[in-house]
Parts: sequence; C-alpha cells; structure tokens
Amino acid sequence: MDELDAIRITFFQECDELLADLESGLLAQQRGAGDAETVNAVFRAVHSIKGGAGVFGFDGLVRFAHLFEAVLEGLRSEKLEPTPDLVSLLLGAHDELIDHVTAARTGRVQDLRRLSGVSVRLAEIVDRLKVAALDASPEAATAPERDDFDFDFTPLAASLEPLPAPPLTAPAPPAPLGWTIAFRPLAELYRKANEPAVLLRELARLGEARAVLDLSDLPSLQALDPEDGYLAWTIDVAGDIEKAQVAEVFEFVEGDCDLVISPMGQAAPAAAAPEPQFASEPQAELPIAPPPVKIAPPPLLTLVEPEPAPPPHVEPEPPRAVQSESAQPESPPAEAPVQTPPPQSVIRVDPERVDRLVDLVGELVISQVMLAQKVQEAGLPPSSGLVAGLEELEQLTREIQDGVMAIRAQQVRAVFQRMPRLVREVAALTGKQARLVTDGEATEVDRTVIERLAEPLTHMIRNAIDHGLETPEERAALGKSPEGVIRLSAQHRGARIVIEVSDDGRGIDRRRVLSTAVARGLVAADAQLDDEAIDNLIFLPGFSTASAVSDISGRGVGMDVVRRSVQALGGRIAIASVPGRGATITLSLPLTLAVLDGMQVEVCGQTLVAPLAAIVESVRPRPEDVRRIGSGAVLAVRDSFIPLVDVGVVLGFRDRPINPADGIVLLVETDDGGRVALVADEIHGQRQVVIKSLESNYGQVAGISAATIMGDGRIALIIDIDAVISMRNRPAPAPLLAAE
Amino acid sequence: MSPLTESSDAKEAGQRELITFRVGAQEFCVDIMAVREIRGWTPATPLPQQPAYMRGVINLRGVVLPIMDLAGRLGLEMVEPTVRHVIIVVRAGERTIGMMVDAVSDILAVDPAAIQPTPDVACDTVKAFITGIITLDSRMISEIALDRLLPSREQIAA
Repeated sequence: MDELDAIRITFFQECDELLADLESGLLAQQRGAGDAETVNAVFRAVHSIKGGAGVFGFDGLVRFAHLFEAVLEGLRSEKLEPTPDLVSLLLGAHDELIDHVTAARTGRVQDLRRLSGVSVRLAEIVDRLKVAALDASPEAATAPERDDFDFDFTPLAASLEPLPAPPLTAPAPPAPLGWTIAFRPLAELYRKANEPAVLLRELARLGEARAVLDLSDLPSLQALDPEDGYLAWTIDVAGDIEKAQVAEVFEFVEGDCDLVISPMGQAAPAAAAPEPQFASEPQAELPIAPPPVKIAPPPLLTLVEPEPAPPPHVEPEPPRAVQSESAQPESPPAEAPVQTPPPQSVIRVDPERVDRLVDLVGELVISQVMLAQKVQEAGLPPSSGLVAGLEELEQLTREIQDGVMAIRAQQVRAVFQRMPRLVREVAALTGKQARLVTDGEATEVDRTVIERLAEPLTHMIRNAIDHGLETPEERAALGKSPEGVIRLSAQHRGARIVIEVSDDGRGIDRRRVLSTAVARGLVAADAQLDDEAIDNLIFLPGFSTASAVSDISGRGVGMDVVRRSVQALGGRIAIASVPGRGATITLSLPLTLAVLDGMQVEVCGQTLVAPLAAIVESVRPRPEDVRRIGSGAVLAVRDSFIPLVDVGVVLGFRDRPINPADGIVLLVETDDGGRVALVADEIHGQRQVVIKSLESNYGQVAGISAATIMGDGRIALIIDIDAVISMRNRPAPAPLLAAE
Repeated sequence: MSPLTESSDAKEAGQRELITFRVGAQEFCVDIMAVREIRGWTPATPLPQQPAYMRGVINLRGVVLPIMDLAGRLGLEMVEPTVRHVIIVVRAGERTIGMMVDAVSDILAVDPAAIQPTPDVACDTVKAFITGIITLDSRMISEIALDRLLPSREQIAA
C-alpha cells in the first residue's frame, strides 16, 4: 500500500463518521431538536467531505457536496427556513451523498444517476439563494457560491470564522513554509544497507534543511546492540516544496523507518540541541501546496496513532466513542495532556490485528488446557505448587480472553445507523409514512456478530414497513397517527443480545397466513394451531404472504431466510403479534461467534461438542423408558414421548443406533418448540470452546457447524443440532465420491 | 532479504521448481511455490459423510486443516495411514489443505517447455487432476492440478 492509499483509506473512514454525524444532525433537525450548533455541525460534515474529496480529485463527489453545502450554508446564515420539506430534502441529499462516497470508494462512478432529482432540487435552491443575494447586494460577498463547480473553496473557508472551533478545515491553507520530518530509522533500514546520511543530504537538496539529532533512545554501551538503530532526526526543510518530493526521498526506506511528514510549524518535534548541518539552494519551483495531510506510513504508525488531524476534519464536540452511555461512565481524565483540544481517547486499530489477537488468545486458552491436562495425567498432588500455579494461569488466561473480546466488541450502533435510510427509502417506495425509533444503540456485541446482523435486520424492517404498516389513509381511518412507528431496540440478556423490531401496524393477519400455509401444503387443512403457532408459520420455507410479490420485501427473500441466517449465528427468532396493534420480531443472538459454551460428548470414539444453549437437560435413560415405535424409538420423559435420534447414525459414524439405555441422551429444543432426544455414547462435561471455521479451508459439512481444538491438540467437531435433527429423516446420503 | 537474493538461480533461468513425491508406485509433483510445509502424519478427526479420500481434519497451529488421501483422490488403492506417511501442506485455490502421500522424493528445476500435455488416456481422474507430465531419465512425473483437487464448497454441503 502506498502512502496515498493509506490516506485514502483514512479519508473514507472519516467519511463514514462524518456521514453518520450528518444524518444524526439532520434527524435532530427533523425532530425539531436542532439548533444553530446542529446546523453548524451538519455543515462542517459536508464541508469536510468535500475538502477531502477535492484532494483526491473525486469530482462528482465534490460537485454534489458543493451543492449540498451551499444549501446548508443558506440554512446556516438563516436565508433558508428549516421547513420539514427542506429537511427531508436534506436527508435525501445525505442518502445520495453516501452513494457518491461509495462510488468514489469503489471507483464505480458510472453507477450514479447523473442528474438526480435531489441534486436538481438542491441546485434550484442554490439558484434562488444567489438571486436573493444579488438583490441584497451588501450580502453578495458572502453569498454561498457561484455555480461554476470549480474547486475554489475560499469564500466558504472565510465564512467559517464564527465557528467556535479553530478553522482547521480550510481545505486550501496558505502554502506551507516547508515540512517537518520526524525520521527514525529502524534496524531493518540499516540491515538493507541504507544510509540515513544520504537521505538527509537528499533532503537538504530540496531546500534549506536543519536536522536535529535525537539521542534519547541511545542506550548505555553495554546495552547497545550494534545492529540495532537508536538514532532519530527531526528535520525542518524550508521552501516551497511538494510533500511528494519529501516523501520521494524516503521511498526506498518506507516501512523500515518511523516517518512523519508534517507541514512546518504544526508538528511538535522533540526539543534537542539544534545542530545545523545542511544548507543548500532552495528549489525554484512553484507547485501548488497540498493541504496538510498527515502521512501515516504503514504499518508502523497506524496502530496507536492518537488521531492526528488527517484530511480536513473539524471535531469540536467531545470524542465520539466516549459518549457511549453505558460502557464507560467516565473517560479516564486526561492522563497525558500532551494533545491540545480535544483530549482524544479513541485509538484506531486495524480490525485484523484484533482478530489476530483473538485467535492467539484462543490458542493460549487451548495451550493452557493442554498443559493442565498433562499435569493432571502426571498425577501430581493438588497441593503442589504446579497445580496452584496452573490455576492462576487459567484465571489470567480467562481474563485476557475477556479483555480481548471486549476490545473487539462493537456497539450495535454500527448497524442501527444504516437503518434510518432504509426506512425512508422503503416508506417512500410503498407510499407509507414511517418513523424509526431506536433504543440501546450502545449495546455491545462481538464484531463477528455485528457484521452479520445487517442483513436479517434489513429484511425485518422492510417487512415491517411493507407488510406491517398500513397506508396513511388506512391509519387515519383507524384513528392512528398517519405516520407509523418502527421501533428497533437492543439489550443484553444473560450471555445473549436481544434485538427487537416492532411496528404499530396491522399485526399478522392470521386467517390469511393460515390459509396461505394450507394452500402451499405447509400445514394440514384441518390442523388446529394456536395463535402463536400460526404467527410462526411465516418463518417456514416456501411461505410468502404477499400475493403480489412486492418490490420491497419480495426479492425472493422471505422470513425463512432471515430465520436461517439467524440460526446460522446460533440465534433464535420469534414473533409476537396483536391484531390491529402491530407485530414484534425478537432475535436472540450469542454475544460472540468466537467462543461457545458446549457439552463435550463422545460418539463412536469421536469427541463432539454440542452447544449448551440448545440443551435442555441430559439424562441417562433407564431401559424401560425407551419404547419402540416401528423401526424408530422414543424416550418416555415424565408424561411425554420424545423421539430419539442417534447422533452416530445421522453423522454416518455407524450404521445401526446403539441402545439408548447404554448411552446418554441430550434433550434439546427444536425451533418449533418441540423436543428431540439426541443419543450419544458418553458425556464428558461442559466447557468453553474456541470456535474454528471448517469452511475457510474446506466447506460446510452437513450436521457440523464448526470445529474446535481440544486439550490434547486434536480437533473436535461442533454439532449443528438443528441440522442433525432435520437430517434424521433423510436416508444417509450416498458418498460424494460417486458424484464426480 | 533483498529481492535479488530471493530469486533463485532456477528462476533466473526461467525454470520452475517442483517438489516430487510418491503415491503407491507412481510419481507426482506440485509447484514448490504452492507448498507451505511438509510434516509427518498425525491422526485426523474424521468428517461425517465425506468421501473416503477425505481423511478428516487436523490442527495445524490453530488452523483447521483438511487432510486428503491423494491415493484415494486419484483413484489409486488406499492404505491405512502410518507414521511413515507424509502430509504436504499446499495452497489449493483459496484453501489450504494437507495431501497425504507415501514419501517426498526431491526438488526438480524444470524448463516449463519440458512439461508435456497430459496424454489422452481413458482415465477420468487423470484428466481431472493431472495438468502435465514430465519425463526425467526413465521416470515419469505427473503434475497435480491443485485447484481442482478439493471438492467445491457446494459439493461438500450437498
């Protein structure tokens, strides 16, 4: 990755944040909760995106942001009224800005509608503003902008003066007087036979250079490793120089040194005795100075970067992540008040690094268990220091694991914030009025879960608006507010996260659901089903109530797909509905996909792990409790008969079931609320296991959800209980070999 | 390591380096660039309802590594694995797998032009899994098509 790519990535990360700020600001405005500061914040968000986009030459994005900004400027200077119409136009503009950013990110600019309704309407408003500005000539100087679509931002930069924040935003600052370069060669640089003095000399040729040597890392002679690097320099190069020229000097040592290039006067280089060494003729070139973008050379600086101020970005409000309501009641009060405002307590870390850490901690847990097992086999007395030490190690290992998982936890906000747009779009497409109310956005869940939440939630919300909500006219006739409310909430419940999507619409039409299910042969015509059972029919594969498949919910995706994707996450889904009052769909998901509480069982000499969440109880059946029915068998538990399923047979480990009375039975709950008794040979107790994907190097194996590594270093498979149950009725599949 | 020392003599001469190994009485090879490591046989955890040539999965430093019995995959006679068997860990398409073979023979540097197209024999497995043939003295060595070796994800899930 070259430097520009790194900056580009940072730019898009910031775009995401800015877009979220923009949306929340506009939504506040829509609720009537906005004030002058809200408008300012919204304006700054668009402005920052435009500034950054200009740097990278994303012309389409710049043009659109420019229009958007001009209208916001009108709002800010109170030339425009924040009418509901205007605010909803601005929300639409926000949505389109996302598309522009996405197009810039993916390079698929051709996907954009060239002249969308939104941009036409924005342009109209800008035109009107211009006319008004001309009429009131004294104001003309600060009028939002001419429509020339060039990248001349200066008038706007000037109008930023009343802002409370320092005008860091100015996208075209005065040409820097030069560059301050913090340069710390690493051992690798020397190993590749590079010579810092040559680089310094090279720098001096760019302009007048002043290098200051930093010896603070130099150890005593005994501790000195002659092959390591201990020296660092801070070099000021004065003159009208392009940053790229400076970067070019370091091109061949990139990655082998810590390097920060910042405009002169902005960095705070470590003070040391000045030691002027180089001087030379300044270059007589007049390039355009790029904005002060900080270069983060990968990979050395990306990890703990205390949020420099990369592309134009103003952030007057307190840092974002600290505002999380519950996570941290108070951020640790500035332990190192080095930075000027605001105290930044959020670090950006490449998610892959955290994933790697999670994996490593998983390995650590396994090693620790292996060690404990070996010690146990050695038969040491429990009083020995070794055993006590191991217990301590186990405790620490668990704590590290919890800590690492906490790092990777994310707030569901990341997914929730994509939903307002969805609600707006679906409502517009269906001619309904809907408002999204969210709750519990700060609820944290592992990143692995977050990533896979968006899809089911999207379907659920689409369904709620499309099928759940009535049209405004119907609602008015029913005495409801014409605007329907979609409620999206998240909360922790035990070791799970519960997410609810509810609407205040018509609820499930049970008669229609039942007749559809009967018509599709999903239930018998004479079946007696209670209300709850009927509601749950919508999750059956092959069920779709929309008689005319609508464009919105009916993209061939029914609730059965939602249920399947939720189950794939180890979750459960349920629906509750009150006719005329609305429906609520509840998802319950594990907090992480990295570890699992499981029951270790043995089948045909193989160790398998069954997810504990699905197990109701485990019993050792008495011979008289096992009854034969035809070729099958059931287990009498209290006053009910539960079908027995031999795990070994279903998985193809053996041909004939064992006598359940010789083994152990796990009672598990199925999705339709029924129970099944899984027969295994032996049970070895419960334990937490680290989930390892079987798919990354092989594929999805029927009946198996994943793998894990046991204390002896061998792999054990994790049973997919629902799959095993549904497989029991199928004849054992022919071996794959024949298929080829 | 500087880029210069990394490129071997064989590469400079435009040659390919191949690792050759034995399965039964036949000799096969794969490009050395695809080989991650070579290790001894360790018992694998069997996967349910997979073809017989899939011996199961082992733990390779925290990664779940599927083990394929190359003899079985190529339609040759399969024998019970012993400690003398060798697992060659290779990158096959997007997946990393272990191929169980009888023994690793040597490393060859071969001119790509010396690799002959697969002869049109009636055997389907040969057509499916052999990309070319190298003759060396009196030896005949078949190059394995790694990307076709594993069943597709769809076939596995079926």
